Amino acid sequence: MMNLLQTVISRPSGALGLGLTLFHVLMALFAPWIAPYDPTMQNADAILLAPSFEHWMGTDTLGRDVFSRVLHGGRLAIAVTFSAAVIATLWGGFAGIFFGTVGGRVDEFSMRIVDAFLSMPWLLFLLLIISIGGAGPVTIIPTLGFFYGVAILRVVRGAAMQVAARDFVTAAKARGERLWPVIAREVFPNLSDILLVEGAMRWSWMLLAFSSLSFLGFGATPPTPDWGLMVAQERGLLSTAPWGVFWPCFALSSLIIGINLLADAIGKALGLDRATAIAV
Amino acid sequence: MPTLILRRFGFAAFTIAFVSLVMFAAVEALPGNVCTSFLQRFAQGPRLERCIEQQGLDRPALVRYGDWVAGAAQGDFGYSLKKRKPVNELIWERFRNTALLGGIAALLAIPLAIFLGIAAGVRRDRPVDLSLSGAAMLAMTIPEFVTATALIYVFAILLQWFPAVTIVSPGASVLQMLPNIVLPVIVLSAVLIAHIMRMVRASVIDVMASDYVQMARLKGVPERQIIRKHVVPNAMIPALNVIALTIAWLLAGVVVVEKVFNYPGLGTLMIQAIYDRDLPMVQAVALIFSVIYVAVNLLADLAALVLDPRLRRKGH
Amino acid sequence: MTKSLINIEDLSVGFIAKGGLPTPVLRQVSLELVAGETLGIVGESGSGKSTVALAMMGYLKPGLSLFGGRAVFDGNDMFALSEKKRAKLRGSSIALIPQNAGQALTPTLTIGDQIDEALQLHTDLSGAERAAKVVELLNRVRLPEPAEIAKRYPHELSGGQQQRAAVAMALAGNAKALLLDEPTTGLDVTTQAHILEFLRELAREMGVAMVYVSHDMGVIARVADRVAVMYSGEIVEEGPTRRVLREPRHEYTKNLLAAIPRLDAPNKRPNLRPDAQQTLKLDDVAISYHKPGLLDRLLRRPAKRPNVEHVSLGLKRGQTIGLVGESGSGKSTILRAIAGLVEAQGGEIALAGDQALTAPVGRRDRETLRRVQMIFQNADASLNPRQTIGEILEAPLRLYYGKKGKQAEGKAAELLGAVRLPAEYLRRFPSQLSGGEKQRVGIARAFAANPEVTLCDEITSALDVSVQATALELLSRLQQENGSSYVFVSHDLAVVRAVSDWVAVLYQGRLCEVGPVEKVYANPFHPYTRLLMGAVLRPDPDAVPEILNEVDLKVQECGYSKLWAEIDMERTKSKQPLQHDLGDGHVVYFNMSPESVAQMRVKGRDPAAGSNSVPRSSADRVLEPAE
Repeated sequence: MMNLLQTVISRPSGALGLGLTLFHVLMALFAPWIAPYDPTMQNADAILLAPSFEHWMGTDTLGRDVFSRVLHGGRLAIAVTFSAAVIATLWGGFAGIFFGTVGGRVDEFSMRIVDAFLSMPWLLFLLLIISIGGAGPVTIIPTLGFFYGVAILRVVRGAAMQVAARDFVTAAKARGERLWPVIAREVFPNLSDILLVEGAMRWSWMLLAFSSLSFLGFGATPPTPDWGLMVAQERGLLSTAPWGVFWPCFALSSLIIGINLLADAIGKALGLDRATAIAV
Repeated sequence: MPTLILRRFGFAAFTIAFVSLVMFAAVEALPGNVCTSFLQRFAQGPRLERCIEQQGLDRPALVRYGDWVAGAAQGDFGYSLKKRKPVNELIWERFRNTALLGGIAALLAIPLAIFLGIAAGVRRDRPVDLSLSGAAMLAMTIPEFVTATALIYVFAILLQWFPAVTIVSPGASVLQMLPNIVLPVIVLSAVLIAHIMRMVRASVIDVMASDYVQMARLKGVPERQIIRKHVVPNAMIPALNVIALTIAWLLAGVVVVEKVFNYPGLGTLMIQAIYDRDLPMVQAVALIFSVIYVAVNLLADLAALVLDPRLRRKGH
Repeated sequence: MTKSLINIEDLSVGFIAKGGLPTPVLRQVSLELVAGETLGIVGESGSGKSTVALAMMGYLKPGLSLFGGRAVFDGNDMFALSEKKRAKLRGSSIALIPQNAGQALTPTLTIGDQIDEALQLHTDLSGAERAAKVVELLNRVRLPEPAEIAKRYPHELSGGQQQRAAVAMALAGNAKALLLDEPTTGLDVTTQAHILEFLRELAREMGVAMVYVSHDMGVIARVADRVAVMYSGEIVEEGPTRRVLREPRHEYTKNLLAAIPRLDAPNKRPNLRPDAQQTLKLDDVAISYHKPGLLDRLLRRPAKRPNVEHVSLGLKRGQTIGLVGESGSGKSTILRAIAGLVEAQGGEIALAGDQALTAPVGRRDRETLRRVQMIFQNADASLNPRQTIGEILEAPLRLYYGKKGKQAEGKAAELLGAVRLPAEYLRRFPSQLSGGEKQRVGIARAFAANPEVTLCDEITSALDVSVQATALELLSRLQQENGSSYVFVSHDLAVVRAVSDWVAVLYQGRLCEVGPVEKVYANPFHPYTRLLMGAVLRPDPDAVPEILNEVDLKVQECGYSKLWAEIDMERTKSKQPLQHDLGDGHVVYFNMSPESVAQMRVKGRDPAAGSNSVPRSSADRVLEPAE
């Protein structure tokens, strides 16, 4: 583990990725103590102020402090997408390893269903579900977790098939090991790297997806400070008060880039070429 | 070969059937029904009855599903609750606009991305590759609405070259649409190019390391010809399916981009329908998007058949 | 003295390791080759033999760089030439015939297109002339229906045909020198024999010089005038092939030659004990990979012929039976059926005490599972890279004996000792072991179960000759110590002779001949057995493989004897083949009348010529009562 960390940091891109990710996670955790203002507090006397010493990043249309809002703006997004990423990695990873190891007709049939799911533009499906179940984390976490899990399943299942075809798995089967020990002892340890990297990578895509949803008005609900939502709300005044849009954009992009770089660096450190794995 | 093509068509049909079923079932699973969801607190009395009758909700679910699918196959997508019109009267112009936007973006992005991917893959780890790959990373990770906002700030607000949002009256011709689609097309293409380029690059790198490329070098084939005859066709085979899958990004991106630019396409129609809780409309648009997506994947599969003699002759 | 065509002077090649340390792959190699001569370069894996050959074209694999020295071809310093001039020479004056033609041919281009590409680059012929030349070249490498082959894609050709197509491509530019990088490795022995004879003739006919790289002394003995022996980047010995093989001077060469199992070496195995208990029995076993699908059943398609059928074998305690045959013979399939990895569709497989083995792994009880163990071909793939050697060895101990913790660790260390590995290896991972060491761990794992029957699947084919000898010795010693019976699958007839008491020859899923090793090797009866043995190349410059003449080759690549074997199979389709007992357990499965036998021994195959052939009288005598 320490070794992995060292290899990751030894690359500039890995160090940057880890730094950005850690920075944003820490900011999100400690935002209430760092932020100079209450992020939801409106101030009619301080509407659309340009950045100044009092308001580092200026104020928005309702006179709220943009710096405080940006600090808080990642909390919901990170919490929602991280939970969804964990769910996706767990279920997608487990199912992928299972089908890849078992193979045969069960696997073939399941993959037809998986392919069909992958053939749905997931954002549209998410929108359909939101239009039924309403916006908010309760709908979004399981849906994101499920859809990204399907994509992880596909990748992991392919990798598991390759592992399962190798002689050490055949040896375990010939020895008479049951399915679960084969999966737990022989197959899974050879796929944990892929799962880690896949999970991290999907996390960054989910952040992208969630903030897009927020932007469309289906993610975070006002007055929650959220980057995507902030951009949507302040966009109309882009020409006069660009700071209200710039800072949330900057924060969001830097976090997604950070996670992406980190996932890439972990992958390279573990000797996985993620270049051919696809982001669905 | 013919069985192979049939199989691909079969799978496409299966997928569409499956997707439509899931969409239908998702709506069925909701507490209440399409009408109560739309009417909310007014869901009572004659208003509700009229709605139920008009949507045919008194019939069993299976029958309604059959009707819905059969109708959709003939271009009848049901009846919009909000607009009080048949859905297909509302969508065709929107469909044209979205097709214009997506089509131009795809036509622009796919050849360019393939070219850039080959250029980067052939010059792996050299400055060209590093800068292209870095740019692709940025384009992939920065959300469309952020890119779009940045472009609007620069090109619409600072330079005033293009309109910030689409302002056309309904029934505008394709020509009238054109100046409005420049910025949306750029945003959409950037993401597409990034994804496809990365895939093509990876595939090219793979092929460049193969025995047959080494053999071609040792045969004295000039590097350009090696790339043209030996590398590109083989690198495109695995990349094709991935290109098709990135169309999913395009379709999802379309919704966001249309919203940013207030573009009168299917995406904005769907978002409005969600605001209005107009479920028949939402279902219809989602189904259309799915059909487009499946069709694109089918096209990629067929193209792979053309490119890969191994698939063609054996019938795997 | 003739002017040299290729001249390698003090060539050093290597890569820069992590930390900037230059690591040589070739150290000051010098070689000379005159026109029309064939030079063999022989060595084990990692000796740098392929690197030398490719350097003659001025080519280094990606990652390698030139440290010093020169490679001169026909007066051109290949590393100093401009890229353009070098490309002009490559493929015209000096051409490569690659190791694996299947992978060296571009999959999306037809054979004709690929040869045409070389012609376009290196000749001034017009389009129509080139098309004719393509056919001519394909004809020259003796491919059937050359015009048809030109239109095919590489995957539509067999391995031998692909190799011939690669030769045709190399000939497109009127080469003065051909580099052959293990061109027959991975091909079946009979195919290999044909390709080699063809290459010899080609060299003679066209007067081209050849550089033949191989790990196989037998191949080198057959084709090379001179041989250079390489070891870890250096040439340790060089000289005329006959001299090097007969009187090796360098210690390494001597050891290498001594380690090669010989087809004609007398078997040193202890005498058979006829009273030994039977441990494994196969009776009329049939195995099929093809399961009829729903569609097949609906359309009432006839069931395909099983991959293996009518196989009956017996094995006694402490003895070894070798299964030999070419690819597709079903030898590994039989092994997998015994292990329970595939299900036998018909017949019976049983252990001592009539414990049936017909059920697949999932339905066998633990004790039955323990009694049969398997050792795999590729030691690298058969050990989980994420487990330590300790964990790998403890898995069977836990499963079969319920041993855990210290107890299991102690036993694992003991097992390592038995395969002559130190106990500290328990904490190592497979990647920290050499190929031979990994295979010994694989053997130790099988013996952890104390099996009655050990299944060995080509277990030495991925090892270098010297390592192979140690592994085979280890197996023999373990057998004497605990009396396990071995089923030993191999494509190498010499190895089988060295380790087996019995041998079974298989062709396309059917038995051809079974018997005690000494009997079968001294008196092979079945035409296919003879074909197989005739094609084996020996590290002896005077040994001439008994293969088929030109006319037969044109009939079909696999030759007439194989054809006969096929006809024989066809006649008995799904019937029990006729069985002839030649005494002492030597059984032949053959369905021919005496007339056919006479026909079988046609031109060019005088039965008296080789010690391998069966005397005419005995063959007639045995077959007569069968009809």
